[in-house]
Amino acid sequence: MRDGAMAGGRSTRRAGTAATHVVLIAGAVVMVGPFLWEVLTSLKTFSETTHLPLTFLPHRWQWSNYVRVFEQLPFRQMFLNTVLMAAGRTLAQLVFCSMAAYAFARMRFRGNNLLFGLFLSVLMVPSQLFLIPQYVIIQDLGWVNTLQGLIVPGMFSAFGTFLLRQFFLALPHDVEEAARLDGANAFQIFLRIALPLARPGLLALTILTVLWSWNDLMYPLVVTTDPSAMPLSAGLATLQGEHFTDYSLLMAGSIMATAPMIVAFVVLQRHFIQGIAFTGAKG
Amino acid sequence: MSAVNSLARPRRAGRSANRRPGRRPERMWAYLMVAPMTIGLSVFYLWPIAQTFFYSFTKSGPFGGHAWIGTANYRALVDEPSVLQSVANTLFYAVVQLAGIPLAVLLAALLNQRGLRGRSIYRLVYFLPVVTMPVAVAMLWRWMYNGDYGLINQLLSIVGVRGPHWASDPSVALYAVAAIGIWMALGYNMVIFLAGLQGIPTMYYEAAAIDGAGPAKMFFRITVPLLSPSIFFATVLTVINSLQMFDLAYMMMSTPGAAAGTANPALPQVRTVSYLFYQKAFVEHDLGFGAAVAFVLLGFILAMTLIQFRLQRRWVHYA
Repeated sequence: MRDGAMAGGRSTRRAGTAATHVVLIAGAVVMVGPFLWEVLTSLKTFSETTHLPLTFLPHRWQWSNYVRVFEQLPFRQMFLNTVLMAAGRTLAQLVFCSMAAYAFARMRFRGNNLLFGLFLSVLMVPSQLFLIPQYVIIQDLGWVNTLQGLIVPGMFSAFGTFLLRQFFLALPHDVEEAARLDGANAFQIFLRIALPLARPGLLALTILTVLWSWNDLMYPLVVTTDPSAMPLSAGLATLQGEHFTDYSLLMAGSIMATAPMIVAFVVLQRHFIQGIAFTGAKG
Repeated sequence: MSAVNSLARPRRAGRSANRRPGRRPERMWAYLMVAPMTIGLSVFYLWPIAQTFFYSFTKSGPFGGHAWIGTANYRALVDEPSVLQSVANTLFYAVVQLAGIPLAVLLAALLNQRGLRGRSIYRLVYFLPVVTMPVAVAMLWRWMYNGDYGLINQLLSIVGVRGPHWASDPSVALYAVAAIGIWMALGYNMVIFLAGLQGIPTMYYEAAAIDGAGPAKMFFRITVPLLSPSIFFATVLTVINSLQMFDLAYMMMSTPGAAAGTANPALPQVRTVSYLFYQKAFVEHDLGFGAAVAFVLLGFILAMTLIQFRLQRRWVHYA
């Protein structure tokens, strides 16, 4: 389907390109349309959303719906919980995963293969197999409805270790060897030389961990019961069930809940796509 | 579940030959550096696998404590119709998700044409649902699926069709949920295929053009076979993710006026294995039965992945 595929004169090629755009634009409408409808719904009154025939544009733009979200839900607290949960997990993973990953990639110690095999086995198993005991631990510690309950198990990741190990393995050896000859110890070499070189890997891990923490539903649903202790995902899910058919309010809330990740994605598009698609990480 | 990727791609730098045998201070540093992760993974991931296995042979009392009941939970799995139904639902959902893969291949092939304008905009737009919180996506679609005031039925009424209550009609609800799944994953699969397409040398197409092959023939004879490793990778990943689907079903099934996740008339037709696991373990607080369901899920995923690796020999071409 490259250039050559459109052989047979300029006009045929132009028709081909036009047809391509028609298909791609139709697809794009299907992808963006729902988001557009979400925004328009969020700006209508409740009665306008449930009045037939449906209006396309809001009769009067109800920006106040966005304020109502803060008044009717503990939205500010949920937002804060989400940010702190994502930040806590990500910072811890950057430290713990990079240390373990470097040791696995570059250092020799007894039992390294066995240990790495155990790490890999965690990667192969669906998360439902950890969840019940995690819940029991969180409950025994009295961490239900707490920030540490949301953060702590997510501070450790076999996936993150595996991802960063790949980056460390790809680094050239020479610089590390030179530092070793200058008398640096293993940890200094890791901290001063290998870590800065592995920045693209650290960025990928950051993006994935933040996104995954932000969007995950089942774990927070299990370890929080009080809306003001929930992150946005569990909070919105619970609120949809409990109160509302007030979709203008729900849409305003979910726009604000998803906006940070969408903005981050638009700004860091290339890194997001590489990080997500090429590590096979999703959910 | 992400390790699959490394199987579908050639390994990067292997073990280095010039690595020295571990000296004592280095070995000490190595242990210190793996210690936090090892402890954390052991406590929160590795030991829990064993514990879940143990729980699956117990019944948890109302005040904690676990009474050994042998294989009763597993026997109950067979007797309970909701289990078989949820396995069938999950399998159906996963199979429907596979329909998104040819769609993504086509889109990627269109996007990959040289000199195409607006490629990065298209890629951005198609990828948008991948980064959007599934809870919000489900909420939005549920609103569009609304039987009375939803956008979909409004559009259908223009052409004179009276649409059903998509989210609560048992005969269509699972299709409706599966459509959201495809919509969410389309951009993700497309990007995998775009990367795969970049690895196909242009000369194949040039040679085919000289032989007089048309675009369709090139697509099926060159693009698809050479892309088959990427297609395989996407297929395995899609199936693994689909078999664990929870968020969409949970969000579509909760009913206003009741606690989230309760009694939508379509629930039996939409409940996935992962949903059943959540419901048994955390709504009905039957940890033992929930643990047994988790192992059903594990077996299900392993079986489906194994079947795919078996079948791959027939259709995947590694260059």
